[in-house]
Amino acid sequence: MKDTFDENALRKHWMGLLAKAPAGRVATLLDAAMERPLFTWLRAPEIGSTMVRGRAGATGAPFNLGEMTVTRCALTLETGEVGHAYIQGRRKADTEAAALVDALMQGPQAEAVRSAVLTPLEEEMAAKKAARAAKAAATKVEFFTMARGED
Amino acid sequence: MYVAVKGGERAIANAHAWLAEERRGDTDVADLSVTQIREQLKLAVDRVMAEGSLYDPDLAALAIKQSRGDLIEAIFLIRAYRTTLPRFGASEPVSTGEMACDRRISATFKDLPGGQVLGPTFDYTHRLLDFKLAADGEVPEAPSRDVAPGDVPHVTEFLNREGLIEEAPAEDTTPPDLTREPLEMPASRALRLQALTRADEGFTLGLAYSTQRGYGRNHAFVGELRIGMVPVEMEIPELGFAIEIGEITLTECETVNQFKGSKTEPPQFTRGYGLVFGQSERKSISMALVDRALRWEELGEDNVGAPAQDAEFVLYHADNIQATGFLEHIKLPHYVDFQSELELVRKLRREAGADQVPEAAE
Repeated sequence: MKDTFDENALRKHWMGLLAKAPAGRVATLLDAAMERPLFTWLRAPEIGSTMVRGRAGATGAPFNLGEMTVTRCALTLETGEVGHAYIQGRRKADTEAAALVDALMQGPQAEAVRSAVLTPLEEEMAAKKAARAAKAAATKVEFFTMARGED
Repeated sequence: MYVAVKGGERAIANAHAWLAEERRGDTDVADLSVTQIREQLKLAVDRVMAEGSLYDPDLAALAIKQSRGDLIEAIFLIRAYRTTLPRFGASEPVSTGEMACDRRISATFKDLPGGQVLGPTFDYTHRLLDFKLAADGEVPEAPSRDVAPGDVPHVTEFLNREGLIEEAPAEDTTPPDLTREPLEMPASRALRLQALTRADEGFTLGLAYSTQRGYGRNHAFVGELRIGMVPVEMEIPELGFAIEIGEITLTECETVNQFKGSKTEPPQFTRGYGLVFGQSERKSISMALVDRALRWEELGEDNVGAPAQDAEFVLYHADNIQATGFLEHIKLPHYVDFQSELELVRKLRREAGADQVPEAAE
């Protein structure tokens, strides 16, 4: 799905990155970079589920595959920015960190947060993905035809 | 006459205390951690997630520990937990064409774009016990290789180009959900796929095998099998757009099946589909075979009376939690029922003049 608004596309990207980050990692990067800003809860962290769907034949009609656990929260910074987080698993502390980053990315500290949290996170996750893909690549079959002994 | 009895509380409490002790086993042996189960018994975790119908590896690992490795009991725990969760919504259908594949093989095409990637498979192992594992051996790192750029398209896509296989055109209907409404017949394919993906692996395997042996034969080839991670995207109402909320491992199997054609369709290949949480290869192939067998009616095939063609039989008996609940309830006290049966049999025997108990039956 393509977003019409660039702004949404950027936010969509970082929210996805925060959701897929390993447990505890966003908090560690955020806390190493800055003091956490003050905030109030719009929605305190809450654990629930999402029904994951697939498509018959990969491309056809949707069907319900099963649920996954999800934690969500929303908060407002003292400066007014609203941060949301929806992340896989049952991880209340991680959603708090993710929502803080989401809110900070909409304010004056965006660049600092990007370079201290999002960029390293993206690099780490890409490296992990690449390492796995490289192991898969090593198991790729190279077919060859046996010489048949004819001239 | 039957008299209601109370009691057994102490016996039950003591039985549960002993269960906890037996579950722990010999305390001279180190306790097994939930993370060890999650990391080292991953395929058991995957099965519990698939049949428990809830993707959460930590919870599945905990359930396996609590159930002493009884996977159906673990699935039961996960199903029970699942009902306590508020549902935030449903995802966009996952896009398996963009899967980061750990494994991707085709039994129908040798040279296919993206190649045959074996991944971490038991295939081609010799099935000999490895006694080094008992000695806590270190594992050397698996080799890596540069990744060739390029997509890994679905095999059915290139058969589609020639019109040799039935298409699966995209639709955006809201699928029925058997966790919200009771499973009723006739079941649409979407409902059948939901029931099959959480169905008992053994039952699904047995049915799939029966189709191979001739009970509703549908000549399946594994067109493609892929295992890997896909992102899960969900529309967030308060944002007004969809975001990725996580990543899950899935196993997908597409079968390519013979089809002679019917009054309305020319001869072409047909398809069966399996998609299962986690690395669940056997289950996913089984699901695809059973899915294909259940499609006899929409494809205008004959019902030969095979079990795998009977949607009611398959879907009402595939759920191991329903099955185990009904099966195992007969071990619980049925004193009243049995008392009445006893009375009845005694009465019938009296009427048949069979109430004289033989004194010396030898």
